[in-house]
Amino acid sequence: MSTETAEVQSQEQEVVKEAVPKEPLFSAKNKRLLTDPLDDDNPITVQVLGICSALAITVQVQQAVVMSLAVVFVMLFGNMIISSLRNSIPSRIRIIVQLVVVASLVILVNEILKAFLPDISEKLSVFVGLIITNCIIMGRFEAFAMGNKIFPSALDGIGNAMGYAWILVAVAVVREIFGSGAISFPGVGQIKFIPASFFEAGYMNNNLMILPPMALITVGVIIWIQRSRNQKLIEEN
Amino acid sequence: MAIDKNSNAFTFGFAIAMVVVVGAALSFASMSLKPRQQANKIQKDMLSILSSIEVESDRSNASEMFYQYITKRATLNYSGEIVETREGEISPTDSNDPFNVDVQKEYRNPDLKPEDRHYPIYFAQKDGKQLVVVPMVGKGLWGPIWGYVSLEGDYNTVYGATFDHKSETPGLGAEIKEPMFEDPFKGKKIYNEQNELVSIEVKKGGAGPENEHAVDGITGGTITSNGVDEMLSRTLGVYDKYFKEQSQITQMQ
Repeated sequence: MSTETAEVQSQEQEVVKEAVPKEPLFSAKNKRLLTDPLDDDNPITVQVLGICSALAITVQVQQAVVMSLAVVFVMLFGNMIISSLRNSIPSRIRIIVQLVVVASLVILVNEILKAFLPDISEKLSVFVGLIITNCIIMGRFEAFAMGNKIFPSALDGIGNAMGYAWILVAVAVVREIFGSGAISFPGVGQIKFIPASFFEAGYMNNNLMILPPMALITVGVIIWIQRSRNQKLIEEN
Repeated sequence: MAIDKNSNAFTFGFAIAMVVVVGAALSFASMSLKPRQQANKIQKDMLSILSSIEVESDRSNASEMFYQYITKRATLNYSGEIVETREGEISPTDSNDPFNVDVQKEYRNPDLKPEDRHYPIYFAQKDGKQLVVVPMVGKGLWGPIWGYVSLEGDYNTVYGATFDHKSETPGLGAEIKEPMFEDPFKGKKIYNEQNELVSIEVKKGGAGPENEHAVDGITGGTITSNGVDEMLSRTLGVYDKYFKEQSQITQMQ
């Protein structure tokens, strides 16, 4: 009798072990967490979140890259912190906790930028601070990190931040080429994309490109291209 | 004993612990990064002063160039007398150092009586010429604007000007920091024939090349242009007494 129960127990344990097989680090599901936000579930072009910063700081590629890195940092560590605390965060104050986490990470980023990249920090000005209100971040905390383990949350954070980042950089490339005729890289200087002969022939930099409306139009064009390539994004009606 | 995660005690405890941890972490970060940030700010101010006397420099050689060209710095009081002078190394802790005077506070603080205000001035030596640099602050459309104007040894002719802003509209008001706006200041005069202070007008609709007391305003940036105009006349008014005295002394010599 006693041996029988022991057997059953050990069988049960085995069954339990089989029911939750150890997931490989980069299973198909986890990979989707990284790749989905880049295209099918892009935070900017599909979910249309985080638009304001995408419009404001895409005048220069440099700024867009630094901003993207800041968002990657905040998103990755924020998601990991929230996910590791998810079982102890009191549900009544969870939004406040999420806000505190994102706000303190953003302040940290801002201080670091001020200390090490003063010139870019000056150009980004209030937009680093406005990462706090970036809906992508709070959205991922609430929708994903609160209910998932640390590793998938980290992947989700990187995925979404990269989805945001590539749109930002793409828009910035278009705007800087047509707005300034050249892209400036730190340490390298300006690389001219519009040949001087164009300017001699009467070509002029498009000042509208530097202003926010053109960023909106550029994002619109990206959405258009994306939808024409990816049919499942098109709504039924 | 299992903790009831929905109890008020746990919620309060969690909130308090979180605030303490986050507060400690952020203040540690802020304390340890502060020296670098201050150094950056000092560099930035040095760069602006250097650019007003037409010296090209960047962050890597800012302080070296600053000490090379700026020979002396001083603070004036309301009646145009020198109250403090400093030479050589800037000490960030010396609040009487003219470099550390918060110009914005001196002009904008309503509690400060005009008699108690201090106005920094920098003396520079470049190509054998004696120059003075005057810092100024004003209001743009969206936020503060500031700048440095350098005058030649006659305390009348503008040698160079540099302006900057916090958040003016790109392409419009923000153009005040571009050479297109700054360069025309060179060679303008702040005193007229009768030796009265007329400042330099930032003129809407264009000043014309023969007008030596005005520069072109920025199309579409009228409020920022007016801000620069107001800033110039107010600041130069403050230094008026000192300039007049000094130019008389040089004339007598």
